[in-house]
Amino acid sequence: MPKLVTASRFSDPDAAYLALVQARRNLTETQAAEFDSRLVLILANHIGDLGVLQEAIALAKSAGQEN
Amino acid sequence: MSEARKTIYRYDYRRSRDQKGAAVARRPVVVVGAGPVGLTAAIDLAQRGVPVVLLDDADRIGEGSRGICWSKRTLEILDRLGVGERLVRRGVTWKVGKVFSGDELLFSFDLLPEAGHKMPAFINLQQYYLEKALVDRALEFELIDLRWKNRVVSVDQLNDGARLTVETPDGPYRLDANWLIAADGARSTIRGLLGLEFSGVTFEDKFLIADVHMAADFPTERRFWFAPSFHSGQSALMHRQPDDVWRIDLQLGPDADARAEQEPDRVRARLDKVLKPHVYELEWVSIYTFNCRRLDRFVHGRVIFVGDAAHQVSPFGARGANSGIQDSENLAWKLAAVLNGEGGAALIESYDLERIQAADENIGHSTRSTDFMSPHSGAERRLRDAVLALAPKAEFARRMINSGRLSLPKVYDTPLSTPDEDVFAGTAKLGAPLPDAPLIRRDGTETHLVESLSGGFELIYVGDAGREARLCAPHGIKLTVVGEDLQDREGLFASRFDATPGTAYLVRPDQHLCARWRGFNAAAIARAHMRALQR
Ligand SMILES: Cc1cc2nc3c(=O)[nH]c(=O)nc-3n(C[C@H](O)[C@H](O)[C@H](O)COP(=O)(O)OP(=O)(O)OC[C@H]3O[C@@H](n4cnc5c(N)ncnc54)[C@H](O)[C@@H]3O)c2cc1C
Repeated sequence: MPKLVTASRFSDPDAAYLALVQARRNLTETQAAEFDSRLVLILANHIGDLGVLQEAIALAKSAGQEN
Repeated sequence: MSEARKTIYRYDYRRSRDQKGAAVARRPVVVVGAGPVGLTAAIDLAQRGVPVVLLDDADRIGEGSRGICWSKRTLEILDRLGVGERLVRRGVTWKVGKVFSGDELLFSFDLLPEAGHKMPAFINLQQYYLEKALVDRALEFELIDLRWKNRVVSVDQLNDGARLTVETPDGPYRLDANWLIAADGARSTIRGLLGLEFSGVTFEDKFLIADVHMAADFPTERRFWFAPSFHSGQSALMHRQPDDVWRIDLQLGPDADARAEQEPDRVRARLDKVLKPHVYELEWVSIYTFNCRRLDRFVHGRVIFVGDAAHQVSPFGARGANSGIQDSENLAWKLAAVLNGEGGAALIESYDLERIQAADENIGHSTRSTDFMSPHSGAERRLRDAVLALAPKAEFARRMINSGRLSLPKVYDTPLSTPDEDVFAGTAKLGAPLPDAPLIRRDGTETHLVESLSGGFELIYVGDAGREARLCAPHGIKLTVVGEDLQDREGLFASRFDATPGTAYLVRPDQHLCARWRGFNAAAIARAHMRALQR
């Protein structure tokens, strides 16, 4: 049973996206990657559910070119 | 090394009784390797009445410097074997660890926040002192025939044993063993001779391990640094040992030149940064790379692997010798029971099952610590560094930091346990060593639960208003009544075991809990006993 919610949850998705964009504006590639790592850790802990985290990892992998 | 340590114990080679005649002697148990693990096996077997021949290719202890941290469970085992108190007196007791990032303290942890245990969470003691204590103890047993400068050079498996060729200063001789215990270390000759593969990972990072002699008032704690200013970009570890000796581990990365890095000038240049302004002498320096790997099976017919011969881990977490000593205690009572006809043949299989579970847990922990310390790629390092960056600000990140999760005994999932039918709270668990608790003997003297155990099967019954007078444990089980033979000094036995009047606990000879009931039922106890003996 999947537990990861992929339906939109923000009442204002544009505002959420903007917050993420603004957080990396003017960062170099390396700084942005470092920032993303910290953010991922914070969000992962907030979710606090290994199953959901693994589903999220699988979704992110399947949507990218790295594999 | 020009400044080598001098503490070396030498032993004499003696021609043995098995080198005399033309006939090949046959011995019930031969242990190969008198390291900590082989010595433990020999002593435990002898203490259970089994004669042992113990072979070692060297004639001395203390050439190198390896293990320093001995865990509570190891100390409990060694206490049963008669050397635990001596080691604790000789060692440095510690329980606080600190982790730094850069030069900033991230957090500290207390390994044994609980009172009422005889043995401390850890002591630090040079491995050669531990080996010396075990050799002294082994020499007290007539049943142990310890032969130095006896190198095993060939092994043939027989249907009911193994045939060895042993080289000595008087030339080779042959020796048959009903059971052969291979405790011959990481480069195990026997593993090689049987053509057995070791599977797992080798870490590329090299580590400088130095023991220095120095008068310093650093705290008696395990201190671990990620990227301190005194050793840029890499990790460092410092531990106190007795005799004003300090262990310093410095990560050097994969490209370090192992020979050049051992040059005293080079070593001093690195250590000066850590230790200045202290004056110190180098006792021992070596460069290591680490492996996390194991044999697919530990039991191969009549040949049984224990310790580093069976599995290896990186030292972060102190699981090497500690887990090997636990292999030996697991095997000794089982082999003794099979040899004296009490145990079924499947008991030896349970050694394989239980100790592979333990090895996998240890390998898992050691691999994760080593991965955290030396990330495999830039991308992995970035994630690791993110954890370190968040740690001062967020508790969750501090808990992700892994500089070695320290060795705890494995809780076995094992057919030797009888599943619980009643509900139990508390910290005692089926398949785990008993948690310790302070008790009082009949004569009013103080003792602890673990040290009071007999070393055989034991039924601990919680007194129930005089009913115990009529109880009789099945043959082969010692009955101990809490409330009569022993009193629960501080109520800690009751809380750790969730003990209520009439509760009974069946304990294996290796001090692991294998069954428990809310009531005394002789038939159920006998069944659980047979099950634990695989009969
Ligand atoms: C830097 C470092 C730090 C460590 N720190 C810790 C720690 O803090 N805590 C911990 O628990 N572990 C630690 N370890 C691991 C620990 O040292 C080993 O796990 C331990 O020595 C293994 O014991 P053993 O008896 O299995 O093998 P060994 O100690 O290697 O003994 C094997 C014995 O077999 C003999 N032998 C070999 N071949 C033959 C042959 N063919 N015939 C006869 N005899 C033979 C050898 O001479 C030797 O005496 C550390 C290791 C290192 C390198």
